[in-house]
Amino acid sequence: MIPLSHYLILGAILFSIAVVGVFLNRKNLVILLMAIELMLLAVNLNFVAFAHYLGDISGQVFVFFVLTVAAAESAIGLAILVVVFRNRRTINVEDLDTLKG
Amino acid sequence: MEFKQFIFYFFAAVLVFAATMVITVKNPVKAALFLVLAFFNAAGLWLLLQAEFLAIVLVLVYVGAVMVLFLFVVMMLDINIARLREGFTRYLPLGGAVAVLLAAEMALVLGSGRFGLERVPEPAGLAADASNTRALGRLLYTTYAYPFELAALVLLVAIIAAIVLTLRRRKDTKYQDPGRQVRVERSERVRLVKMPAEKKS
Repeated sequence: MIPLSHYLILGAILFSIAVVGVFLNRKNLVILLMAIELMLLAVNLNFVAFAHYLGDISGQVFVFFVLTVAAAESAIGLAILVVVFRNRRTINVEDLDTLKG
Repeated sequence: MEFKQFIFYFFAAVLVFAATMVITVKNPVKAALFLVLAFFNAAGLWLLLQAEFLAIVLVLVYVGAVMVLFLFVVMMLDINIARLREGFTRYLPLGGAVAVLLAAEMALVLGSGRFGLERVPEPAGLAADASNTRALGRLLYTTYAYPFELAALVLLVAIIAAIVLTLRRRKDTKYQDPGRQVRVERSERVRLVKMPAEKKS
């Protein structure tokens, strides 16, 4: 018997790892996108766990929508990444300072 | 320890390990592959939670499509990894402290018995012929039909945006403009030159 809290704590740990990933790789746009995917995975894990333990399948529908939006987000994010690299020859966040006053 | 518990802790351990490797490895290609491992283990956990359809969707959509997209982009770009790693060790203590604090606080709230087995008991197993896909589809096409259409619209916008963003007209390739071809007049192409006949000398 696995209590609900274990799933929730696992989601919290996963989310924290993703947050520290944003801290550590703040120059690498690709890893930043991957950290965002990890965060969404943690949230989805919470949704699925609650849907199972509360006996309400609506939570799984929400996971479905989150997956849809996440796929769209990563597709557009990677497209922007490719365009940035084509124009600037770099994906280092520090080099993308054209808008700086 | 029950077999189900063993499965849960094993998958959870591999998941946390893979997530840690995603954010710490040097090579972005390896990071993408570890992300695949993380998604696989998350799918296994979702199977434990009787969300079979979503587990398969996670493997198909994420491992099959999104991660391949990531790998494509990572391999297409010529990235100087050494420069991107600057400041990694400098931010490690602060980032680690924040992460540990965050996880500890959330664990304090979540693990304090409010979500334990006494409060939220494990639901009884489903019948052998219960179909998660059918239940999900029934809900999706009735109660959530409108949001479902909106999700389709979001995907359409994403497709168009991704194509438009990366589309470019190469200057060195030759292509035809049918509109101009149709609109062309005889006078633009044929020029009559009047010249006197040559005389035999």
